[in-house]
Amino acid sequence: MGDYFLLAISCIFVNNILLAQYLGNCPFLGVSKKMETATGMATAVIFVLVLAGAITWALSHYILKPFDLEYLQTLSFILVIASLVSFVELFLKKSIPALYSGLGIFLPLITTNCAVMGVCLINIKEEYNFLETLVSSFTYPAGFGLALVLYAGLRERILLARVPKPLQDTAIGLVGAGMMSLAFMAFKGMA
Amino acid sequence: MAKSFVQEFTKGLWTEIPPFRLVLGLCPTLALTKSLENGVGMGVAFTFVLILSNILISMLRNVIPKQVRLSCYIIVIATFVTIVELLMQAYAFPLYQKLGIFIPLIVVNCIVLGRAEAFAAKNGVIPSIADALGMGIGYTLALGTLAAFREIFGAGTLTFPFINYSIHNVLGSSYKPFTFLVEAPGAFVCLGLMLCVMNMLGKK
Repeated sequence: MGDYFLLAISCIFVNNILLAQYLGNCPFLGVSKKMETATGMATAVIFVLVLAGAITWALSHYILKPFDLEYLQTLSFILVIASLVSFVELFLKKSIPALYSGLGIFLPLITTNCAVMGVCLINIKEEYNFLETLVSSFTYPAGFGLALVLYAGLRERILLARVPKPLQDTAIGLVGAGMMSLAFMAFKGMA
Repeated sequence: MAKSFVQEFTKGLWTEIPPFRLVLGLCPTLALTKSLENGVGMGVAFTFVLILSNILISMLRNVIPKQVRLSCYIIVIATFVTIVELLMQAYAFPLYQKLGIFIPLIVVNCIVLGRAEAFAAKNGVIPSIADALGMGIGYTLALGTLAAFREIFGAGTLTFPFINYSIHNVLGSSYKPFTFLVEAPGAFVCLGLMLCVMNMLGKK
C-alpha cells in the first residue's frame, strides 16, 4: 500500500506532468484564462486518461508484446486515444447529458493533448504493473488539474496588473508558469 | 492564393515562425532545449515528419471525406512518426535515447496537425512542400536558438548536433553556470522572454 501512496505523491507533486515533465502545455496556456474552463478541462483529462491508461496497458501487454508488434505502439496508442475520446463523447451525450454539457467542448481537444499520450507511454516505459498504471493514470492528471487550477487563479490576477505591452498575454503567462514551476521544484527533495 | 514558392517558404521563417508566432507545439520546445544537440535533433525529426505528412495529405486531399478527415490525418502522421522512430533507432540511437518519449509525441504535436488542416488540405503538393520546409526550418531555428542560449548560460557548454563535438567553458573557465536556466522553471521563463523579444521586434 505504501508503495502506491509514494507513487501517487510522486506523480502529483514531484514529477508534476506540467511543471516538471513539460507535457500538456498547449491546453495549459490555452484554457487557463478562466477558472471554469480550467476545472472543466482538468476533469475531462482525468476521466479520459484513466480509461486510456488502462486500455493502452492491456493493449501493450496482451497484443503488442506477445506478437512482437512493439513498433506499432505509437500508431495503435493514438488510434485508441482518438477513438476512445469520440466514444466517451457519444456515450456522455446519450446517457449523462449534464456531464456532457460541462465537459463537451474539451473532449475533442484531448486527442491532441500530449499529456494523455505521454502518460500512456510513461506507463509502458516505466514497466508499471496494472495497479500501478491505474494509480499513475489517475494521479498524473490530478497533478495536471491541480497545476491548471492554481495557474488559472494566478492568471486571473495577472489580468488586473499592468503588464508592459510586449510581455502581454502568452509571454507573461509563461513567465508566471516558470515561477510556479520553481515553487513545485521544492517538492523534488521529497522522493 | 497565387503565392510563390518562395513566399510560402519564407513565411515559416519569420512572420509565422513556430512556436513564437504560432504558439503551438510548446511541449518539446520546453523539454528539449536543455542542449543544442537535443533541440536541433528534435527540429530535424519534426521537419521530416511535417514534410512527408504535408505531401501525402495534400495528395489525398480530394479523396479523404470531410467528416473523418482528422482521424485520417492522425493516422498519416502516426505512420511517418513510426518511420522516424525506427530510422532513429537504427542510425542515431544515442539521440533517440535522449529525446525519449518526445519522438512518439510528435504525433500529438499541434503544429503538424495544424499545418495539415490549415494548409495541406487546401493546397497542392508543391506549395505544401514549401510550407512544410519553411515551418520545419523555422521550428528548428527557434529550438536551436533557445537551446543554445540555455546551454551556454545554464551549463557553460555547447554541444553540436550530429558531429559529436562539444565546447566546454564557452564563457571562460571562471564562469559559474546559472543552473536555473537548464531546470524546468528556466525553460518557461526563457520562452516567455523570447516571446517578449519577438513581440518587440514586431512582424516585418
